[in-house]
Amino acid sequence: MTTTAQTPARTTKKPVTLSAKKPRRKGSIMLTLLVGLMSLYALVPLGWLLINSTKTQDGLFSSFGLWFDDGKFALFSNIADTFTYDGGIFSRWLLNTLIYVVVGAGGATFLAVLGGYGLAKFNFVGKKAVFAIVLGAVAVPPTALAVPTFLMFSKFGLTNTPWAVIIPSLISPFGLYLMWTFAAQAIPGEMLEAARVDGAGEMRTFFKLAVPLLGPGIVTTALFTMVATMNNYFLPLIMLKDPDWYPLTVGLNAWNAQAATAGGEAVFNLVITGSLVTVVLLLAAFLTLQRYWQSGLTAGSVKE
Amino acid sequence: MAVPQLAAPPAASRMGVRRRRPSFKGWQFVGPFMFVFALVFLAPIGYAIYLSLFRNRLIGGNQFVGLDNYQQALTDPQFWSSVGRVGLFLLVQVPIMLFLALLVALALDSGRLYGKSFFRVSIFLPYAVPTVVAALMWGFIYGSQFGLVGNINDALGVSLPDPLKPSLILASIGNITTWEFVGYNMLIFYSALQVVPKSLYESAAIDGAGQWRIIRSIKIPAIRGALVIATIFSIIGSFQLFNEPAILRNLAPNAITSYFTPNFYAYSLTFAGQQFNYSAAVAVVMAVITIIVAYVVQLRGTKELG
Repeated sequence: MTTTAQTPARTTKKPVTLSAKKPRRKGSIMLTLLVGLMSLYALVPLGWLLINSTKTQDGLFSSFGLWFDDGKFALFSNIADTFTYDGGIFSRWLLNTLIYVVVGAGGATFLAVLGGYGLAKFNFVGKKAVFAIVLGAVAVPPTALAVPTFLMFSKFGLTNTPWAVIIPSLISPFGLYLMWTFAAQAIPGEMLEAARVDGAGEMRTFFKLAVPLLGPGIVTTALFTMVATMNNYFLPLIMLKDPDWYPLTVGLNAWNAQAATAGGEAVFNLVITGSLVTVVLLLAAFLTLQRYWQSGLTAGSVKE
Repeated sequence: MAVPQLAAPPAASRMGVRRRRPSFKGWQFVGPFMFVFALVFLAPIGYAIYLSLFRNRLIGGNQFVGLDNYQQALTDPQFWSSVGRVGLFLLVQVPIMLFLALLVALALDSGRLYGKSFFRVSIFLPYAVPTVVAALMWGFIYGSQFGLVGNINDALGVSLPDPLKPSLILASIGNITTWEFVGYNMLIFYSALQVVPKSLYESAAIDGAGQWRIIRSIKIPAIRGALVIATIFSIIGSFQLFNEPAILRNLAPNAITSYFTPNFYAYSLTFAGQQFNYSAAVAVVMAVITIIVAYVVQLRGTKELG
């Protein structure tokens, strides 16, 4: 939001502003330097990743970490190797991750949007109980649930299948909360009343009227559930035995740990390049959708 | 303002709620969520409690033992050492991270920064890096083999302490989580600051209040709700610490024990020790501790609101 929403506000909405009376506050170089340090802290490890993904396995050991290995630029061969190593299993992991994210995070977003709308716009029997249960459950660490979930799923024969990863990611209490606050503000009650008077069914009203208004909230929730699904390491680690079902996170660590096993080949260059590919994909998603999630976040914190 | 606590429905949600007699209509929207929620949240909690009341004995098989597992957990030095470790982590890492996040958010909000949107995005970027990848990456950077620490030692002829040695490993993990989540918290604070009416600052400035005074008396109280939320999420996150120690264990097997964090302990008990029942008891105790701490923070945070 910020830039897009502030500029018109400054020129049109407020006739008398601080800047009209006083000279505009000047930028502070000290402050900029201070925040610049934080930005450096955030970016240096990513730069390290980028630089080191251009090195061969030997080059990693022989060259300085924050500069390129002289003469050898192995980024493209590393990328090629990452995708072909071990029978091209990296592509499989990438595909798995995509499935888990699309089905898991997509499903979680759908359920959260539906539920948040219901909580914000309806009075129904048991609403208080829903609040109490869901909000109490937010404090229960999901990882504390992972082991019992594993034992339960193994009873049903669900372990070592994609469902074992997808089903638990379908619930995002934070997403529900975000959509609930968002729906409460974004959808005027009178509009829903009007639709009801016109005889539109509740589901039709929801999809035709509410969903378009919930856009930024939906994108925000989708991004946060996506990050949660991508961050999911513990759950797939315990649920999946077959490397063919691994998501990227578990797969990359398996490659990393391989060096420590007897007779295992060290493929740190591939771990680094694989990490880079993972990061680039996620960053691309975040940066292209920036406009939406930033306004969604702001709206999520607005009250009144 | 701004989401004062998770438990209170925002005032806005009351607008547009149908005032007629309660019906079941809302369930067609909330129902699907609650159904899956029951399956993946409530059922495992119930199952964990059930499991924790039994014990598998060599003679007699699976037996009901009441609260024996809990008694064992409460007197288990390894369990308490793991709780103490995340407790220490929480007391040191969470304030540092939130302080830095608040500082950057206030700087961004002050309007005195050059290149504001660049900073906002760049500091947020690490949040989009999966924690596993972040742990792998920092692990490499810490490592003695081709790590940056080793490089700097070689290049400058100094000997920085090994970040993976037992006495520093917790701080090193703290650095990774700070790196990952500073930007996220910064954005939460910044978003909350965005909706504070600017007229408040103007009138305060007219009354002669300086920048620090405005920050202390207007901005911080205005975003207290966001601060409480961020604190609660960070506390829950600290208690759940698993990915970073699990990944770094490859590099520092001696520094990271099988009971390094409560989660890691529960994991080791289940998969290395096959002690399902005891592990379930540990998970339940940990969930209760987390809920109590989060609840106390929420209570304190909202009480100070007024």
